[in-house]
Amino acid sequence: MAYSNEEVLEYLQGTFGPESILDVSEPFGLLSIEVPVSRLIAVVTGLKSHPQFQFTFMTDLCGMHFPEQKGRELGMVYMLHSWGSNTRIRIRTFVPIENPLVPTLEGIYKAANWMERETYDFFGIIFEGHPDLRRILNVDDMDYFPMRKEYPLEDQTRRDKVDEMFGR
Amino acid sequence: MVNTNVPAPQGIEGQGFFATTLDNVVGLARKNSLWPLPFATSCCGIEFMATMGSHYDISRFGSERPSFSPRQADLLMVMGTIAKKMAPVLKQTYMQMSEPRWVLSVGACACSGGIFDTYSVLQGIDRIIPVDVYVPGCPPRPEQILEGLMKIQELATTESTRRRESEEYRALLESYNIH
Repeated sequence: MAYSNEEVLEYLQGTFGPESILDVSEPFGLLSIEVPVSRLIAVVTGLKSHPQFQFTFMTDLCGMHFPEQKGRELGMVYMLHSWGSNTRIRIRTFVPIENPLVPTLEGIYKAANWMERETYDFFGIIFEGHPDLRRILNVDDMDYFPMRKEYPLEDQTRRDKVDEMFGR
Repeated sequence: MVNTNVPAPQGIEGQGFFATTLDNVVGLARKNSLWPLPFATSCCGIEFMATMGSHYDISRFGSERPSFSPRQADLLMVMGTIAKKMAPVLKQTYMQMSEPRWVLSVGACACSGGIFDTYSVLQGIDRIIPVDVYVPGCPPRPEQILEGLMKIQELATTESTRRRESEEYRALLESYNIH
């Protein structure tokens, strides 16, 4: 059953209050909202269990790092999909880098399990309540989170790229 | 008809006998029966498959049997990008091989990390295991891999049977923390 972004937004703002639904935009027709991290579970649960919208599928989630946004350096993006109407929604939330705690969505979507582990692996975001939060792709004894922007992407031990090798 | 036999090593020949040194005989045997262990992780492995196949045919050089057990292999052919997470596996594979063992590093990634100058990729396998011959290329053609194999053959045929007991060799392994 088809419905518009306006209907979804109306439901969200009516149920959770306008103070919980921030920074609304519709890039390329995709409803995109930001929610405070404290309301994340409530909003996602509401969207999934809503009888009409039925956002029952988690397409993707990933982390973000914006070092210049003080107090909200790390962020999460969630992409939800409603199969019945082929509608998507993007939900973002931000946390401070000193205390990057985000509630896990593993209890709502099982698909979040490995993807949250990956986000933890690369961004160091701690998912509260995750049943098995450990590194998934990088070596187990890695002591930093490589996708954070304060870490260089290159391997620092490589010697064949130093300037003296090229006569500079 | 062309004689495809391997030439005999230097020695003394007479009616019904041939005498040479043990080193020469062992070298000859090792050279022409290298059992490679293909450690193929990416596109260089595809080039190796061509090298192994009937067209380029690595068996012509005595490597008739690619051994997928390190215990029975003489030559470790590392082909492809080795991620840091893969490094302990590679090292363990090397340590499971018995002496004499040679290592052929095929392709830019195995030799130096190649284009993957990144936090997750080992910047050359010679950081964890000693390498005998490097084959450059991204990926190298089968002819280049065969050239690398022939270089290993040269090493095998001229190597003293006592080399593996030498102080230098032990020190080399010690420097890689391999006991």
